Amino acid sequence: MRTMSPAEPVQLRLTVNGEPRVVSAPLHHTLLEVLREELGLTGTKHGCELGECGTCTVLVDGAPVLSCLAVPAALEGREVTTVEGMETAAGLHPLQQAFVELGAAQCGYCTPGFLLAAMALLDESPRPARDEIVDALGGNLCRCTGYLKIYEAVELAAARMEGEDAEPAEETLYGEA
Amino acid sequence: MARRDGGSGLRVVGRALPKVDAVAKVTGRTRFADDLFLPRMLHCRMLRSTVPHAEIRAVDTSAAEAMEGVVAVLTGKDLPTPYGILPVSQDEHALCLDKVRFIGDPVAAVAAIDEESAEAACRAIAVEYAELDAVASIEDALDGEDPGIHLYGDGHNVHKAVALEFGDVEAALGEADVVLEDTFFYEGNTHLPMEQHAALADWRPDGKLTLWSSTQTPHYVHRALARVLETPASRIRVIATPNGGGFGGKSDPFNHEIVVAELSRRTGRPVKICLTREEVFYCHRGRHPVLMWVKTGFRNDGAITGMHFRSFLDGGAYGSYGVASTYYTGALQTVTYPVPAYRFEGLRAFTNKPPCGPKRGHGTPQPRFALEVQIDKAAHRLGLDPARMRLDHLVPPDSVTANWLRIGSMGLGACIEKVVAASGWEEKHGRLPEGRGVGLACGSYISGAGLPIYWNAMPHSGVQLKLDRGGGVTVFCGSTDIGQGSDSILAYVVAEVLGVDPFAIEVVTADTSLTPVDLGSYSSRVTLMSGNAALQAAERARELLVQALAEKWEIPGSRIALAEGRAFDVEDPDRSIPFADAVVAAEAKFGTIGTVGSYTPPASPGRYKGAGVGPSPAYSYAAAVAEVTVDPETGETRVDEVWIAHDIGRAINPVVAIGQVEGSVYMGLGEALMEEMTYRGNRNVVHRHPSLLEYKSPTTHEMCRIHTFLIEDPDPNGPFGAKEVGQGPLLPIPPAIVNAIHDAVGVRVDEVPVTPQKVLAALKRKAKGEEAREGPAGIPEFPWPEPVRVPPPSSGGDGRAIDDPRHIGAGGVRDGGVTGGVPA
Amino acid sequence: MMRLPRFEYRVPRSIDEAVAAKGDAPPDAAYVAGGTDLYPNMKRRHQEPGTLIALHAVEELRRIEPREGGGLAIGATATLTEVRRHPRVRADHPALAEACRLISTPILQNMGTLGGNLLLDTRCNYYDQNYDWRKSIDFCMKKDGTICWVAPASPRCWAVQSADSVPLLVALGAEVDLAGPGGERRVPVSALYRDDGILYLAKQRDELLTRVLLPAPDGWRAVYRKVRRRGAFDFPVLGVGAWARFEDGGTVAEARVVMGGVGSAPEAVEGAAAALVGGTLDDASIEAAASAAWKAGRPLDNTDFSISWRKEMIRPTVARALRDLRDGP
Repeated sequence: MRTMSPAEPVQLRLTVNGEPRVVSAPLHHTLLEVLREELGLTGTKHGCELGECGTCTVLVDGAPVLSCLAVPAALEGREVTTVEGMETAAGLHPLQQAFVELGAAQCGYCTPGFLLAAMALLDESPRPARDEIVDALGGNLCRCTGYLKIYEAVELAAARMEGEDAEPAEETLYGEA
Repeated sequence: MARRDGGSGLRVVGRALPKVDAVAKVTGRTRFADDLFLPRMLHCRMLRSTVPHAEIRAVDTSAAEAMEGVVAVLTGKDLPTPYGILPVSQDEHALCLDKVRFIGDPVAAVAAIDEESAEAACRAIAVEYAELDAVASIEDALDGEDPGIHLYGDGHNVHKAVALEFGDVEAALGEADVVLEDTFFYEGNTHLPMEQHAALADWRPDGKLTLWSSTQTPHYVHRALARVLETPASRIRVIATPNGGGFGGKSDPFNHEIVVAELSRRTGRPVKICLTREEVFYCHRGRHPVLMWVKTGFRNDGAITGMHFRSFLDGGAYGSYGVASTYYTGALQTVTYPVPAYRFEGLRAFTNKPPCGPKRGHGTPQPRFALEVQIDKAAHRLGLDPARMRLDHLVPPDSVTANWLRIGSMGLGACIEKVVAASGWEEKHGRLPEGRGVGLACGSYISGAGLPIYWNAMPHSGVQLKLDRGGGVTVFCGSTDIGQGSDSILAYVVAEVLGVDPFAIEVVTADTSLTPVDLGSYSSRVTLMSGNAALQAAERARELLVQALAEKWEIPGSRIALAEGRAFDVEDPDRSIPFADAVVAAEAKFGTIGTVGSYTPPASPGRYKGAGVGPSPAYSYAAAVAEVTVDPETGETRVDEVWIAHDIGRAINPVVAIGQVEGSVYMGLGEALMEEMTYRGNRNVVHRHPSLLEYKSPTTHEMCRIHTFLIEDPDPNGPFGAKEVGQGPLLPIPPAIVNAIHDAVGVRVDEVPVTPQKVLAALKRKAKGEEAREGPAGIPEFPWPEPVRVPPPSSGGDGRAIDDPRHIGAGGVRDGGVTGGVPA
Repeated sequence: MMRLPRFEYRVPRSIDEAVAAKGDAPPDAAYVAGGTDLYPNMKRRHQEPGTLIALHAVEELRRIEPREGGGLAIGATATLTEVRRHPRVRADHPALAEACRLISTPILQNMGTLGGNLLLDTRCNYYDQNYDWRKSIDFCMKKDGTICWVAPASPRCWAVQSADSVPLLVALGAEVDLAGPGGERRVPVSALYRDDGILYLAKQRDELLTRVLLPAPDGWRAVYRKVRRRGAFDFPVLGVGAWARFEDGGTVAEARVVMGGVGSAPEAVEGAAAALVGGTLDDASIEAAASAAWKAGRPLDNTDFSISWRKEMIRPTVARALRDLRDGP
């Protein structure tokens, strides 16, 4: 049985955004703190640190988790994806692109959490119905958008990821006539 | 990308483009304040009062100072100079000096090598309090029994009491066919930005301080720092980091900003603080709880003959924007439907709670709620359709209201017609099955305040523009992007004028050393004011390019057009050069190309004491229909759908504008149904639930469908005709929902939030044959001051008070420094 | 930023190792699985265990497998997502899938475990606050203080049982396995709880909840309904688990109606069950059962919403649960 002492930093192997990382951090620091303070990945934000807002959402082995309540010592060898891991050399992830086009990021603070929760949703359900999106994003609070542009962006990205040449609806961009 | 042709001839303005900072925000590149880390950086935590009202007898920091990792400890005596956002309310200290006034008031601060050491040191600080009775409510404040929270104000625990009368209201009510008298209550609520406030100070050995902070008002923070730190403003640089949500909650200079600066001075190291969520609740400055009494006379056709409005604001422990908030609860009642005679009395009480201040709509959602619900009641009483009644009595464009507000463009009629048609109002209102209903309400908001917060004759917004020989364009402006897209507006406006790609423009904002002053992101002022400043700067730059090219091509300047990143001769389109070459020509002729623009709002016709609050270069209008389902067994209300039309003048970017409308509807829905900032009466006036879990903000599940209509009728005072959209669309939502609940189940809930227990209580009364209403019983007695009597324009007044012997200049009204400029 | 206190972290690989580790550790040691209840409590300094026995590496604790003779055994550290999506759970125990779906948020369900939900700390508005807030009310008896602010004259703590799965599992007659230093024992879920906000579990301190045992489908149906402010995040202010076994043409042979969120322990309403047995879940018997539940439920002022409204919600919520039981949700 492995026992880790609070007296010394814990050494961990994690895959972060596809890259192997060896992390040395105080044992009681959460994944959120390690990502931001040890790895410099400040794209992961925080809104309460108590699991009450979804802002700090990252993916662990593809599933959204709250990094503020994840102790890295429990994640040895696992794969962590943050917002910084979404774009590739080819450009933005379709979700990121759709968020850009529709203004789904206003202040942008909750955005990384929403993007990752949405990415996990599309991984499981490539063309989610609106209700599925509402459910899947129910663990992320946003104070700016009223969520609607986020839903529309997820739908737009889903269509494009399925190979459609989708464009935003006229009323999404310009309002109803 | 799709584009609707507005026939405007504009190439950038009016298009649904991405925001210029969108890519940074979706990739995690945006650096919010807590994302900043500097070498040798220390971490700060603050010790906050655990009692609501007490004198500080002693603070012993010796144990904390001796702790490992602790570098510096501050208490109130280290920062004794008071400050506050309004010149008339300089009542805050960075750390409480001799008294604490609410649970959460900061008493001491620690800088340590890490947050945990700072936190532990705070726990080791011993504070000895001599507790005083706490003031828990407006009624408590007014009963005169508790000790005074402050020594200043308009009475014992009365921060401000105002009375204004425009025309003979008693006579006007006497002419009415029906007079309604109602009391309403609008519970306090808070902004709840997802980003917790954070600040980082770096006071270098060369004597210069830089503060990065999640603030909406770097200019006012700059002034407060200079004052409290007793350091020339010229040595202080404030950089507002992108705000992770503001909504008005980051508009005051905050104690933690001053504290980290002082700690940095003392330690010679950068010092950062990021507040916990609980501390964000204690910063507050949110929506005031307001108790209101409204007496309005109506003619049988629905016209208002006169109105008497009283408001009681629970201000919390400090002044903040409260004087302005108080006036705002009485200012905009007149701008939608004509109110020929109007009397307003308002007071703000001090209580031992976190201070209230400006939240989206600043002081106006509460009275708007009261007004729009009362009009709904009047329509029922008079047998009129609530939509028709409003349409029949609209304030005309280009008019002056009884309280001397100059109205320019006025698109409320078009808004009402749009939502009535789209929602199927006529088929639904009064006709849906029991448990379902529709309600309509309207609103209006300022596009920036006519006067600044502190008296001065300078512009409210400034822009500098730099063009370089490589074709680069950089816009410098003090405005602060809080997510609303103000950086993008600057780029679009400049791109439109110079004919360049907005995404090629560099935007530098919210940096007191690099950018000219813009007063801040409040009162929905930024698009109009910084947009106008940018427009002026860009037109001046364009003129330089045109002059240089006209000389070079030997043609009149009128033949030169800038578009698509090139300069053209419109009569010989084959003659064109890249934009960069046009800049080269201009730089060769004039030297380095830089221009400036600035904006000062027009003077308001009101010249009475108190006239500083309400004037604006332009008023936005909005109308909304809400459709709801009410469960009569549980009292639970669900908002199914909202149709909202907003008179925006012109949408500089429609998709961004729609985002503001949707966000406003969302926030209004939260305020209407669930959000409340409340306190334990039985236990020390402690906040009931300073957490994201128990302060209920709507999740995806509560959000309704929204149909947004942008009504575009350009206002001459706005850049390209634009008016505000960030705040106004919230205003009609709470009353529309409440009116819809009445339509659904026949009960009146005269207060928000409309919790299920309130609906159920009203339903029970209805079932018993009692008045089917839930709401406040009445208002406290208060000896109102004699009103300032101002003849309205209709009786030939000149905007001055009858009995005011002072000559008051055209610039506005001062009140012991400033009553004036009033933010939202 | 809210930060965790320091702790030692032990990672056993088997149930036996875990139980042994707990026995060896100081008395304040705690098991941790998903951490969604414990870590916030540690950040708020409700609980400051110096040692954590982490269960994520105990593979046998995470299995969901059929039991001999029917029914399911769900490992205590199966996540709520794993439980609610498991084909056998969905087929045979849709009410449990629904209860898990209604817990907090989908993201939290990826972390939180079924065992963790069963052992969820009792909740109270005077307790679920940060250290400084609690200091400002001079603390409460559940942590650091001496008084219960909900009922100041009371000698006991009234913190509220708030786990969604619990009323349903009690109604189902589910059981749990507890592994302790002295071996394993099996108890009904209903016997796991005590009516006390502080000592709310009948489990011994070192015992590890290893499995939740669900009965085989056998002519019964069950439902769960939840009352809360919002469609996500919120704990129940009332949870109703209802179960009935039917005979012949739909006569109720046995029934259980269990309320959560109204007291420190789940509350089985005998009177409600009695009102249903022998009938066919007709409107009259449903109304009688709902009335019995309403009489029994005595919420206190320590969660979201007013107590009067919470009390009033018992009748329609129980009635709706029972109609769901009759007609399908």
